[in-house]
Amino acid sequence: MGADFYYTIEVILNGLMAGVLYALVALGFVLIFKASGIFNYAQGVMALFAALTLVGIMEGQVPFSHLINAVFGTQIHDFGWHIPALLAIILTMVVMVGFAWLVQKYIFRHLVGQEPIILFMATIGLAYFLEGVGDLMWGSDIKTLDVGLPQGASLWIEENTAFLGGDDFYGFFIDQLDVVAAIVAAILVAVLVIFSQYTKQGRAMRAVADDHQAALSVGISLNFIWVLVWSLAGFVALVAGIMWGAKSGVQFSLSLIALKALPVLMLGGFTSIPGAIVGGLIIGVGEKLFEYSVGPMIGGATENWFAYVLALLFLVFRPQGLFGEKIIERV
Amino acid sequence: MLDDTESYVTADGRTIGGVVLDLKSITLRFGGVEAIKNISFDIREGEIRAIIGPNGAGKSSMLNVISGFYVPQEGEVWFRGERRPQMKPYQVAQQGIARTFQNIALFEGMSVLDNVMTGRLNKMKTGLWSQALWKGKAEREENENREAVEKIIDFLEIQSIRKTPVGRLPYGLKKRVELARALAAEPTILLLDEPMAGMNVEEKEDMCRFILDVNDEFGTTIALIEHDMGVVMDLSDRVVVMDYGRKIGDGTPDEVRNNQDVIDAYLGVSHD
Ligand SMILES: Nc1ncnc2c1ncn2[C@@H]1O[C@H](COP(=O)(O)OP(=O)(O)O)[C@@H](O)[C@H]1O
Ligand SMILES: [Mg+2]
Repeated sequence: MGADFYYTIEVILNGLMAGVLYALVALGFVLIFKASGIFNYAQGVMALFAALTLVGIMEGQVPFSHLINAVFGTQIHDFGWHIPALLAIILTMVVMVGFAWLVQKYIFRHLVGQEPIILFMATIGLAYFLEGVGDLMWGSDIKTLDVGLPQGASLWIEENTAFLGGDDFYGFFIDQLDVVAAIVAAILVAVLVIFSQYTKQGRAMRAVADDHQAALSVGISLNFIWVLVWSLAGFVALVAGIMWGAKSGVQFSLSLIALKALPVLMLGGFTSIPGAIVGGLIIGVGEKLFEYSVGPMIGGATENWFAYVLALLFLVFRPQGLFGEKIIERV
Repeated sequence: MLDDTESYVTADGRTIGGVVLDLKSITLRFGGVEAIKNISFDIREGEIRAIIGPNGAGKSSMLNVISGFYVPQEGEVWFRGERRPQMKPYQVAQQGIARTFQNIALFEGMSVLDNVMTGRLNKMKTGLWSQALWKGKAEREENENREAVEKIIDFLEIQSIRKTPVGRLPYGLKKRVELARALAAEPTILLLDEPMAGMNVEEKEDMCRFILDVNDEFGTTIALIEHDMGVVMDLSDRVVVMDYGRKIGDGTPDEVRNNQDVIDAYLGVSHD
């Protein structure tokens, strides 16, 4: 078989890896949407904020240092310590849980029973607010995030797959970080599934997702569950932020890239966890393949729009998403 | 008159205890509509207490006040001799007061078994960390809960639909599953909002039998709303009659049946 065939496979593999990150962000959307009907526009910014906070904590940056220095005329920037990655990740998670609690207490608690569009607008406000807070706390410069994940192409994979092709094929060229991201994402999804199927809190979460009134009547606090799902979404955002940040640096464009989760959701359905995962992978593979095969003929840069066009086509032919039930209008 | 703490034995040999839930001068308004107008009544431990009255009389509203879904503008709820602060529905449920709804509120996407299991969420003590770290304990708890749930499923004769998604069940069976979920919490007080509405004669007879058995075997205090006068007279120890948000009668089925206001409300100007 010719090298072309193997390059196509390599493109698909790379697409799958990109898709994992889309899927992670989409997963955060689905968690919140299922439990509360809120379409959380801020999910991408949460990933950015989590990554910023992680870098800030690891490097011992003083939060709000620009503000403090401007007001008090001081010159402080960092505490001068360095915190190990794992501890910093845990501390960042604490921050994300705190964020979930604040969001519930000061915003969504007061909007219970409002129209979905109002809830959506609130999350748009939240997104820009959080972006501003992230900027104010940690500064807007591009930061490198190094939590010790392996970087660069995997020589092992390259050497051990070279035999597949002829003399002009040197083996698959795959970033180690992508492999790690895929493994971490798989573990994350497995943990979430086990959590929601087998724990008391997970059961309560599913109950709330199904029917609020019934959930209340069996003694579930909706407020608690909502803080829980925002925390879980914060956790997913943190994982996505770490992967993305490690790959291309922590920068504010992250929140825009995260909007790729939107076409993913149109594909996978807004309430389906498997849908988010499969949708993410399809978009990832689809846009890489399209760029590789059709891109050169039409001047490239198709990755910017391909996902949205695919989702649009999908909307026309299967509006309920991949895994949604067929919508039949009752008349 | 019986004292609040005194108990008595019924004709069929059940012991009815002191007052467990006491509603004092409850008033509930929705904008201009007064759904409940200054109503007081009590519920005794172990009794079956019916609330009857024409449509729109305020019966469901009353149950919603007890279960914390509605917040009355005036009045007090006393539970076990203490004034109860305003509670959220989930807190009331955690106190051991379970309920069903007139319009059925089930988890449509879950199986019958899973629905009934959610009724036991409050019985699950093991915390998140010990669930993760101490598998044995969590498993033991899960098994105990399962056993309890299977017993209830047997008791209500719904074994054959255990694995069926609730959304696919006919109305009568849904009502039964909802009762099963409420029972799974092992409540001390059970609130049933029209448990027999929309059922055929046979289903009604089954439901009557279940209600009596629950009361008899577990000693559960039951407050139920029902339209069918015959059913109410057969089932209940005492009856509250409501009309246009007012209480127009309160007593044993016989007393209530012979009350002129009640007769008027039911036979006179019908506003169904
Ligand atoms: N959530 C609500 N909002 C506004 N009005 C309500 C609400 N619930 C009940 N009502 C009104 O209160 C009155 C009593 O209703 P309800 O308690 O459902 O009566 P019943 O159960 O006896 O048929 C009715 O006029 C009804 O329209
Ligand atoms: Mg009613």
